[in-house]
Amino acid sequence: MATETLEQQVANEPGADWSGGKPPFKASYGKLMMWYFLLSDAFTFAGFLIAYGALRFSMPSWPVPDFVFQTFPFLGSHNPLLFVTLMTFVLLFSSFTMMRAVQEGHRENKNGVVLWMFLTILGGAAFLGCQAWEWTTLIGHENMSVTTNPFGTHTEGGVYLDAEGNETSELVVAGESYLLHTVGAGHDEGHGDDHGAGHAMEAGNDYPNAYVDERGFIHRKYKVTEGPDAGMIKKEEFGPKAFGALFFFITGFHGFHVLSGVAFLLIIMINVASGLYVRRRNGYEMVEKIGLYWHFVDLVWVFVFLVFYLL
Amino acid sequence: MASQVAVEQDAIIREEGYDDHFHEHHHGDKYQSNFITTYIFSQDHKIIARQFLITGIFWAIVGSAMSIIFRMQLGFPEESLAWLKPILGKWITISADGVGTLAPEFYYALVTMHGTIIVFFVLTAGLSGTFSNLLIPLQLGARDMASPFLNMLSYWFFFLASIVMFFSLFLNTGPFSGGWTAYPPLSALPQASTGSGAGMTLWIVSLVFFVVSVLLGGINYITTVLNLRTKGMSLWRMPLTIWAFFITAIIGLLSFPVLASGFFLLMFDRGLGTSFFLSEIYIAGEALPQVGGSPILYQHLFWFLGHPEVYIIILPAMGIVSEVMSVHARKPIFGYRAMVYSILAIAFLSFIVWAHHMFMAGVNPFISNFFVIFTLIIAVPSAVKVFNWISTLYKGNLRLNTPMLFAIGFVSMFISGGLTGIFLGNSAIDIVMHDTYFVVAHFHIVMGVAAFFGMFAGVYNWFPKMFGRFMNETLGKIHFWMTMIGAYAIFWPMHYLGMAGVPRRYYSFDTFDAFSHFDGTNKFITIAAIITFGAQLLFVVNFFYSIWYGKKMTTKNPWQSTTLEWTTPIKGIHGNWPGKLPVVHRWAYDYSKDETSDVDFIPQHHPLTENEVRTEH
Repeated sequence: MATETLEQQVANEPGADWSGGKPPFKASYGKLMMWYFLLSDAFTFAGFLIAYGALRFSMPSWPVPDFVFQTFPFLGSHNPLLFVTLMTFVLLFSSFTMMRAVQEGHRENKNGVVLWMFLTILGGAAFLGCQAWEWTTLIGHENMSVTTNPFGTHTEGGVYLDAEGNETSELVVAGESYLLHTVGAGHDEGHGDDHGAGHAMEAGNDYPNAYVDERGFIHRKYKVTEGPDAGMIKKEEFGPKAFGALFFFITGFHGFHVLSGVAFLLIIMINVASGLYVRRRNGYEMVEKIGLYWHFVDLVWVFVFLVFYLL
Repeated sequence: MASQVAVEQDAIIREEGYDDHFHEHHHGDKYQSNFITTYIFSQDHKIIARQFLITGIFWAIVGSAMSIIFRMQLGFPEESLAWLKPILGKWITISADGVGTLAPEFYYALVTMHGTIIVFFVLTAGLSGTFSNLLIPLQLGARDMASPFLNMLSYWFFFLASIVMFFSLFLNTGPFSGGWTAYPPLSALPQASTGSGAGMTLWIVSLVFFVVSVLLGGINYITTVLNLRTKGMSLWRMPLTIWAFFITAIIGLLSFPVLASGFFLLMFDRGLGTSFFLSEIYIAGEALPQVGGSPILYQHLFWFLGHPEVYIIILPAMGIVSEVMSVHARKPIFGYRAMVYSILAIAFLSFIVWAHHMFMAGVNPFISNFFVIFTLIIAVPSAVKVFNWISTLYKGNLRLNTPMLFAIGFVSMFISGGLTGIFLGNSAIDIVMHDTYFVVAHFHIVMGVAAFFGMFAGVYNWFPKMFGRFMNETLGKIHFWMTMIGAYAIFWPMHYLGMAGVPRRYYSFDTFDAFSHFDGTNKFITIAAIITFGAQLLFVVNFFYSIWYGKKMTTKNPWQSTTLEWTTPIKGIHGNWPGKLPVVHRWAYDYSKDETSDVDFIPQHHPLTENEVRTEH
């Protein structure tokens, strides 16, 4: 309200300062509010990422991202981080298109704004689609959930056992991750080779080469060959529960931000197309504000990407 | 003479003011056109301030009444509470010989709700919400908040939070009962206690709404202070109230989101079976599947808000006290810049001391050292403020009216409570003192009573600005002295209880031989609490009576104050100033500047006289 006149004043008197009567940052109240909202939102995400760090580093092991995130649509497994690279590229590219939309706004080019905002919405929607596919793979094919994490990591070396309980030539390597398969599941999109992890196994049974728990997860057995436990027969266990919970929680919270962003972009794009901002004579400031938000969501993704996929 | 000054002030604004053509643009605004948009869904900051205040008063009555109920059970366990049966229903159990006692679960629920309500709903929303809304636009010479609409939402999110919390009081299983800090596992496992189920669900939903309210308000306050200061109102000319509200809003903006993070994770633990904060728990002999989480992690996330929260509560009170004290001592505040820098220092330090709430929670003792050091450093800016207040009083021309008495009472409380903070800030002493009544005494005096005193000083001082009438001075003074003596009578003995090791939050000490001789002390505390509560009802009566029947305000500036809010019409109008905005020429504390003159103050919008040197205080 009162700011309208203050803004006019800024335009009239260059060299705004802190002496009162003018916005010191030469920014309207709306843009400032967006900045402060983003600052507070950054602290929310910081809270989550610190929780992530605290929980992760209290665990003896953590799933290796290169192993967990290696599936790609139609290409199957063994494509470490390829899909998430595509997702990240799509999202960062949408930041570029958003930037172009803001630029067209400064040029008062309505059609340009609409075009570039539309491309941004496409980018956001594509990112959400990718995330949906990734979640579907993890939940549907790999049985990960907020309470179950079938991705474990070996902490000691050894050799796997075969159906008779004899040692095989397949090595257990400390620091490498594994996925607990389930009985009867097709392994077309699975991780690594299942090397005889029996298709004929049944839930709740103990076999010489694997233990199958009540829920049908196959825990392969191996003989430890190094360290203080050398000579013992052990079975693969579930990985730290926190991995699944944190992954779905944090990427979900980020995805929710993207979804809200897409919704707001859509509304603002319709407003632009209808000529609302031209009639109100306040330029395309709303486009700038949603642009700030959009760049912020991309920036947060960089950190999410860093902690979940790279570290 | 006073009316003469008022006329002169109006003339200055008319002639020297700054015309922003506000009333040309906003003639016949669509809001404030009917009852609902004027008084209920209002976007006017003055109405929103009153909404916050009255909702805060409601919660203060509820919250303190709860403390009286559990104090009665603690102080007089053998007396019958059967007369509370009509209100509390099944939570009063009546024995065969007709003695009614408070159910232990409900005792904890009352303690929890008392803390939650007073900390968040009264001393955050009721204090900061009221006075930030009222004073930021008025003292800065702004027409309203930067975004009146978000400001309205801020109140209504608080209202929503209030409704949800109030609803939880009436649940069959009772409200949440695991302490206002809501530590897991009691807060994370619905089966952990009676209040951990629906009560906790409503508690957390309510507080998430509350965080939204605080953020909407805070973003608005910060933006308004930065963007909407009138001409000449540089940062260094802002009254200390504004500095305090501004910094408070920044603290809230940076700490409440982290609390929200903790709450969201907690919701997952409650609803979806995750184990962010849970590990290796047995309930009824049965091991739960949740493993790998960390309850300490929740404590870190909670206290990252929790500690700054005490400054969110106390800084507005400090700002109000500085302003009230300067006005009624007829002296410039001593050390204006030192006051500002100490606020900034306290705000900064508030973010790096949170783990002093967790010394005994299993935090690395080496890390504790850092938190001890930073905690004790807070004593420095706090002492700067205290000495500045005392120096402001020194040789002042004191008007000992109710707002001034409460301001002085604030300083007394802040010193008493602050000194015990030095004890508790030491991790070694905390081994003995933690979770005793010493802690209860400390934080009640330093942030409970002191913040209430700041709030009372503010209410008595700005009541004429809010309602156009004065509160009754005699009742006000009775209220002050009863509260001052009563509060010390309640909390002073608690220090001795604490030093003797009496643990807080216990329902009964019957089975502890070591604490049984504190019977008399506990009775005394309870009686003092009941009397002090009675004094607060006196305030409530005074407040509502004065809204309609108080002495009318006849001049614009009854306290002869320098700040801009007293240049606005007695009956507040939309846009605050009828014509032009005042232009500021000087700082907010030009009191007793010219000893030869009859007028001992020069308002901020008065131009400098010829022989005056321009100072940027």
